[in-house]
Amino acid sequence: MGEKGGKRESSLIALSLSSTTTTTTIPMIPMPYKGVDLFVLDVWNENGNLSGGKGYLGAGFSRYSTATALEEEPIKPAVQVEHTQLLIGGKFVDALSGKTFPTLDPRTGEVIAHVAEGHSEDVDRAVAAARKAFDQGPWPKMTAYERQRILLRAADLLEKHNDELAALETWDNGKPYEQSAQIEIPMLVRLFRYYAGWADKIHGMTVPADGQYHVQTLHEPIGVAGQIIPWNFPLLMFAWKVGPALACGNTIVLKTAEQTPLSALYAAKLFHEAGLPEGVLNVVSGFGPTAGAALASHMDVDKLAFTGSTDTGKVVLELAARSNLKPVTLELGGKSPFIVCEDADVDQAVELAHFALFFNQGQCCCAGSRTYVHERVYDEFVEKAKARALKRIVGDPFKSGIEQGPQIDSEQFEKILKYIRSGVQSGATLETGGDRLGSKGFYVQPTVFSNVEDGMLIAKEEIFGPVQSILKFKDLDEVIERANNTRYGLAAGVFTKNIDTANTLTRALRVGTVWVNCFDTFDAAIPFGGYKMSGQGREKGEYSLKNYLQVKAVVTPLKNPAWL
Amino acid sequence: MTALSNGHAANNSSPLFKIPPIKFTNLFINGHFVHSLSGNEFETIDPRTGEVIAKISEGRKEDIDVAVKAAREAFDNGPWPRMSGAERAKIMMKWADLIEENVEELAALDAIDAGKLYHLVKVLDIPAVANCLRYYAGAADKIHGEVLKGARELHAYTLMEPIGVVGHIIPWNFPSTMFAAKVSPSLAAGCTVVLKPAEQTPLSALFFAHLAKQAGIPDGVLNVVPGFGPTAGAAISSHMDIDKVSFTGSTEVGRAIMHAAASSNLKPVSLELGGKSPLLIFDDADVDKAADLALLGILFNKGEICVASSRVFVQEGIYDEFEKKLVKKAKAWVVGDPFDPQSQQGPQVDKNQFEKILSYIEIGKEEGATLLTGGKKVGNKGYYIEPTIFSNVKENMRIAQDEIFGPVLALMKFRTIEEGIKSANNSRYGLAAGIVTKNIDTANTVSRAIRAGIIWINCYFAFGNDIPYGGYKQSGFGRDFGMEGLHKYLQVKSVVTPIYNSPWL
Repeated sequence: MGEKGGKRESSLIALSLSSTTTTTTIPMIPMPYKGVDLFVLDVWNENGNLSGGKGYLGAGFSRYSTATALEEEPIKPAVQVEHTQLLIGGKFVDALSGKTFPTLDPRTGEVIAHVAEGHSEDVDRAVAAARKAFDQGPWPKMTAYERQRILLRAADLLEKHNDELAALETWDNGKPYEQSAQIEIPMLVRLFRYYAGWADKIHGMTVPADGQYHVQTLHEPIGVAGQIIPWNFPLLMFAWKVGPALACGNTIVLKTAEQTPLSALYAAKLFHEAGLPEGVLNVVSGFGPTAGAALASHMDVDKLAFTGSTDTGKVVLELAARSNLKPVTLELGGKSPFIVCEDADVDQAVELAHFALFFNQGQCCCAGSRTYVHERVYDEFVEKAKARALKRIVGDPFKSGIEQGPQIDSEQFEKILKYIRSGVQSGATLETGGDRLGSKGFYVQPTVFSNVEDGMLIAKEEIFGPVQSILKFKDLDEVIERANNTRYGLAAGVFTKNIDTANTLTRALRVGTVWVNCFDTFDAAIPFGGYKMSGQGREKGEYSLKNYLQVKAVVTPLKNPAWL
Repeated sequence: MTALSNGHAANNSSPLFKIPPIKFTNLFINGHFVHSLSGNEFETIDPRTGEVIAKISEGRKEDIDVAVKAAREAFDNGPWPRMSGAERAKIMMKWADLIEENVEELAALDAIDAGKLYHLVKVLDIPAVANCLRYYAGAADKIHGEVLKGARELHAYTLMEPIGVVGHIIPWNFPSTMFAAKVSPSLAAGCTVVLKPAEQTPLSALFFAHLAKQAGIPDGVLNVVPGFGPTAGAAISSHMDIDKVSFTGSTEVGRAIMHAAASSNLKPVSLELGGKSPLLIFDDADVDKAADLALLGILFNKGEICVASSRVFVQEGIYDEFEKKLVKKAKAWVVGDPFDPQSQQGPQVDKNQFEKILSYIEIGKEEGATLLTGGKKVGNKGYYIEPTIFSNVKENMRIAQDEIFGPVLALMKFRTIEEGIKSANNSRYGLAAGIVTKNIDTANTVSRAIRAGIIWINCYFAFGNDIPYGGYKQSGFGRDFGMEGLHKYLQVKSVVTPIYNSPWL
């Protein structure tokens, strides 16, 4: 990823494999996310070695034993919570019931704010506002150029409020502030600029029919889109959903996760400042069984998009089927293999596999949670993976240099600890970690299991936490079969320099994304989604536009056509 | 409105608008304004008066060489093609914002240099430059190759690579629009550019270059070299180190450029050339609206537009009524100083064009066409010409075959759809066509039958960033605007490698 001129500015969230020849401009970095405008987590130093593997982090940072630091008072976020109400028809309003729910700081379990709790009657109001904004305009009736300009202005405002948005995100979610501020908010901006550019390039086709007919396809906005997003990347999921839907001219009712309602309200307000007409983007905070179910089963919602667990995805699909048969896009769970082949440079493979699993506290649907390592390099890999996990810096996510914050909430926290116990009981070797960190909040030790077998629960189920499972394999055919032997099919990592191995694995793995010598490379233009029970449809890229468009074929006879 | 208000048509130092001082008169090469190597200059003229606006450095072959060297270096070793599309987009967006901030000054430059209506340039041409840049900025990160179906166990895909150093030669009738139409897609693609503006209208291009630098376009990526066709233009089209040349202008010059490209390094060429575009008005048309459309079609930008509706075919059922209305409307058309908000038509761009148009009017009379209105110059100063309409025009007359590039309309009658189509296609050109009808079958039949690059049904001059446009026949080849306009600055590279044990093919 080397580039002339020193300034590195890219729009990928990625851990990229770089060769020694292309990384000469990268200095040693004293924190996991170097540089304000750096999206790419480049961990190779100029000798082609892994910076992270060399203990450069220095005094004050050793192992994850920052437990004592966790007993200190949490750092106060530099942002006020301004918006806690529902955003309906361009206005912040209370829930009709008057109910609120607390949103908690995962560092402490304490209340950040009380947020209006949307129920089905609030969803009704929001859908009515979105319906009106769609049916009467002006949004879908504007020129695409005007829609583009509003999205670009919104992107500028999001960029301007980078730090507040990042602080809200970290406060509500617990992810490292540097990750929010330097990777996620810039990516949010990038996503909206990207989709702004699509608005005036949504092309139908003229179609050659067998006969004297003039045929064209119109790509029309689908209508009112219901969108339900998760808590692990609140703003990025907001962008993946809202960006293409708005670019296509739709209106939206978006339900945020009850764990993380704050940042979407702030962002949605900025869209209105940018000139988004009222009713086009409605944000309803609330819970799945009430607000989420109301949206999924609403008779006046034309399209549903959901990101979350596979179990909830099934419910959402059923509700859509039972109500008005609205089309559904689902981006669900995963148990993604990360395959380290025999030719791998072990140090680099360890770092990438570590990132693939532990990034975002392991709370990624595409986390590389099954680390398959070729037997030739297995022992060395396990030893180094353990050492790397031990060096992982866990602590208050607002602190500089932190790699890992707390898990989102007590439920996830307990679930992860339960899976760790299950791993031990099933006979996997606990190399490191295995317990909570500190005595308050939801911090979990970076945990590594070796000698994991395919049949163990920790190798089959989505843990969604900082628990790495290392499995041994002998040959390519075997690892293909084992990697595919899962109900999920979201992503995979392949680590090899051999082009034939890379191509064979790439085609054979039944997953929606294969990262070869990189992981979590998430640019706006790269489609993402699952095979099998990891979901349906693709988000991001041009593909995502299809989720929010109806195709209308228009046919008329031709009289004496000059050609056919 | 006063008809032909030639009283103030040629007002020297216009009190209607304070012309800004001319800031940029040198060549823009490698990020700097420099004198031409020879030190030569040429005069750019105010067509309202024929007086000198400014002296401009005259680029010649040796200056083109320097510019190409800078563009080559910027392409081969510079950051521009190595940036992500999103990064290029960011800089282009910034450039668009700067252009919007300077809309008045830029509009004044085109008005004074090309005689264009200031108030129209301000709301149309210059904002369109910003919009075009934004359109292609939005496209810069959407240049997709394809992954292909191999015939055997092959993995194959296409890379859409920037073609390299692009030479652009643009005309004087839409100095800003043409600049944007050429430069925006080539920059979005990751190419570097050497652009020669027309010698009549170098001012706005130089100002754009100045703003490009402010926006952060790296040095060498955009080079603007004013000069003349036979020297600077020929140097571009025959240059061995330019990878692609794109030209908008006359068919004669287009032919010379293609020839030069062929005999030098075989660089691909795209040409957007002359036209003699037909407008077909059918019996079911609203006659009044059709007359407005026909008039606008020929008089917009004083007829100095390659897609002008210079042949108007009217179906016999409404012909007489149409002719009467058209003439009445033409007589009410206001010719005057382009800075006057009342003016609908400014002066022709220069003396050459002015004299050429007047000579064609004489030819029309000699050929036996009936001069219904106009036919004369307006005022005693500058290059103003009356809106001119000929009837009883025969298809083989020169005023029905040649591009006049002025406010001169040839009016003809037709009976059936088939006859209308045949007449419309009776031209060596094929740039645009208009159809006025409410009948869907007529509209569809005629749309497919006319051999032209853009068909306007019940509208005219309906351009858009997303709408490709270019010519059939001797109107050229290749398309500007839309994603088509981007693809001509890209090379397609196929990459193929064997695969083994693929579970699917």
